[in-house]
Amino acid sequence: MRIAEIVMAIALACLSVYIMWKSGERPSWSGEPRFANIGFGDDGAPQGGFWPFWVCVIMLISAIVVIVRAVLRLSPPSQSNEPYLDGHGIGVLIKVGVPVFLMVLLTDFISIYFAMALFLLYYTLFLGRHGLVLSLALSAVLPAWMYMFFDIAMTRNLPKGVRAIEDTIYVPMGNWFRDLDSALLGVFFLAGAAVLVAASLVRRRLAA
Amino acid sequence: MDVLSLLADGILIALEPANLLICFIGVVIGLFVGAMPGLGSVNGVAILLPTIFFIKSSTGSDAAPMIFLAAIYYGAMYGGAISSIMLGIPGASTAVATTFDGRPLALKGRAEQALVTAALASFIGGTIANIFFTGFAPPLADVALRFGNPEIFALMLLAFATFVGLGGDDIAKTVISIMIGLVCASIGFDVIGGEPRLQFFDLAGFSRPINFLVLAIGVYGVGEMLWTLHTTRGDSEMSKAEVSVAKIKNAAGNTVKEGWRGTSIGSALGFFVGILPAAGATPGSLMAYGVSKMTSPKKEEFGKGSIDGVAAPEAANNSASTGAMLPMMTLGIPGSPTTAVLLTGLVLLDLEPGPRLFSDQPEFVWPVIGSFYISNFIAVIVNLAFIPVFLWMLRMPFTILAPIIFVLSTAGVYAATDSMFDVWLMFWFGLGAFMLRILDYPLAPAALAIVLGKITEETLRQSLQWSDGSFGIFFNPFFDRTGQGETFWIAPIIGWIAVVLLLLPLFNLIRRKFAARRAGAEGHWQG
Repeated sequence: MRIAEIVMAIALACLSVYIMWKSGERPSWSGEPRFANIGFGDDGAPQGGFWPFWVCVIMLISAIVVIVRAVLRLSPPSQSNEPYLDGHGIGVLIKVGVPVFLMVLLTDFISIYFAMALFLLYYTLFLGRHGLVLSLALSAVLPAWMYMFFDIAMTRNLPKGVRAIEDTIYVPMGNWFRDLDSALLGVFFLAGAAVLVAASLVRRRLAA
Repeated sequence: MDVLSLLADGILIALEPANLLICFIGVVIGLFVGAMPGLGSVNGVAILLPTIFFIKSSTGSDAAPMIFLAAIYYGAMYGGAISSIMLGIPGASTAVATTFDGRPLALKGRAEQALVTAALASFIGGTIANIFFTGFAPPLADVALRFGNPEIFALMLLAFATFVGLGGDDIAKTVISIMIGLVCASIGFDVIGGEPRLQFFDLAGFSRPINFLVLAIGVYGVGEMLWTLHTTRGDSEMSKAEVSVAKIKNAAGNTVKEGWRGTSIGSALGFFVGILPAAGATPGSLMAYGVSKMTSPKKEEFGKGSIDGVAAPEAANNSASTGAMLPMMTLGIPGSPTTAVLLTGLVLLDLEPGPRLFSDQPEFVWPVIGSFYISNFIAVIVNLAFIPVFLWMLRMPFTILAPIIFVLSTAGVYAATDSMFDVWLMFWFGLGAFMLRILDYPLAPAALAIVLGKITEETLRQSLQWSDGSFGIFFNPFFDRTGQGETFWIAPIIGWIAVVLLLLPLFNLIRRKFAARRAGAEGHWQG
């Protein structure tokens, strides 16, 4: 944990130095040298780079304090002998963090709703071990609910993936849904709930 | 009695069927969010923030979305107690103190007593805080109306100073967290000079400040879920509770007899702790527990199932959540991470938070305040009536809840920002929050700082422009702002309080060093 504490503080210190460097940047048209904008201007008021630069100076000092305290073993994490991430923690990152990453990555290709469905199916079936029926029901009903809520009710256009998927699936589906009575949407919503309840009952039946 | 008639009007509007329904739905969602371990009021409000557009467009009023969000906040304060008592794990950080005595009561087979005490104490705490709020808010807003740039910057300084002085976390880490939030808020353009700045790697996504929601959902949605998965390894066992009308009546009687002291301490203390920007409901409930234990004639019962020990933190967390609304509504400074989300909600609804809200938008402010009373009332009824339902819902496995939160976070960020870049940023913030959280970095300061960053920078720079670069404008009451020899006391008073708070940890350190040296010297004598 102590090593991790020091490494993290060094990373934060580097970040603050980078942002200090970046906030001194001048647009090419101004012709001023770097860091011309971090002090007070002719009118006595601070210029554009003043705020981020000095904020990062404070951040750098704090990061150095954290490093010193960690080296001297003064902070609780640096006194702990536990590893920063044990097997369980790494497992969480690999089994959960990576799939979330993949879900966001896939959103641009197969649309957000299909990416969601895959993620839900993976999580409930492989991590939750909830059985095929309940997992399939969840990963079908939840994205459908969200589609009805975000795309139809709230008229927010969430990512639809590549053209082929958008044209063949979402455009006809959107037209169909928008022609519907809004009361029917409520019926669909309740139907989804019924499917979920039924699926969870099926599972309990099988378990018994 | 101008305030009372405004309040009465507000309550009447909040009682309109549409608002009542919204209030009810909000409370139920809040109860659920609060009761589920790993989800608290912040997560609930942040993930559901995008729905306010939908509520606004379907009701046509600005107040309705705020009523919804505030109802979630209240509901969550009630709900946290349920899992603290039944599972022994706090449903939200605000209910940590409730486990100390609520869990022992449940293990003794008196779970229904603990649940009823929690609900009633919450109700009383919330109601007392609402009365305080109604009394304090308008005069505070009046004073704040006269605030100029220097006063507002001094207030912002005070908000950050309370984190450093009273936050209780590692100070260097708190400061780093604040600074991360401030940097995120300053990305894109220099608001005064109009020049581009901090546009990292020339990405288009960095040409505007990072949206608060992106950070909040990243930290409280993705990061918090990962952290909960990492820390809760084993499953816990649920206590049994049998609920009947007779038992509830009996438990209510016991609450009045044995819990009045904790309830009153919690209600009063919670409100004032809640007002402080750094504090909010979690430290409020812990402090209320400590104080009622210290002053109780039956100290030995605490920790073993004292009714006072359940009542005090529950009254305090409800009271503090109302207290946290006070600076949010009157000054535009959130008193807790959840109110920071509510503040963002105000901005998204095109309302300008701050003292002008009370004078310019009474038709918004008073129905919302009225709804505080109503949602408190709904929450206690729903809580008592649906205890069996919530117990059933608590059996929902975390392996179903967690993926739903991940999915909702992704969709929620995109719906609010229309940008895949922000979804990616949300993911990286979540991962970063998880890594920092393990090393005890507090993340609430970052969430507040990203909200306050823009106004802090603007007021600092405009004040300095006014004073020709002298910091005396914040600290010297005789500083001649107008050139006419006027004195301004408000900014210096706030400014110096902030300075004292910033130096408080240093004083403590010196005192501890002294105490250690004296203890060492005495030890030497004895030796």
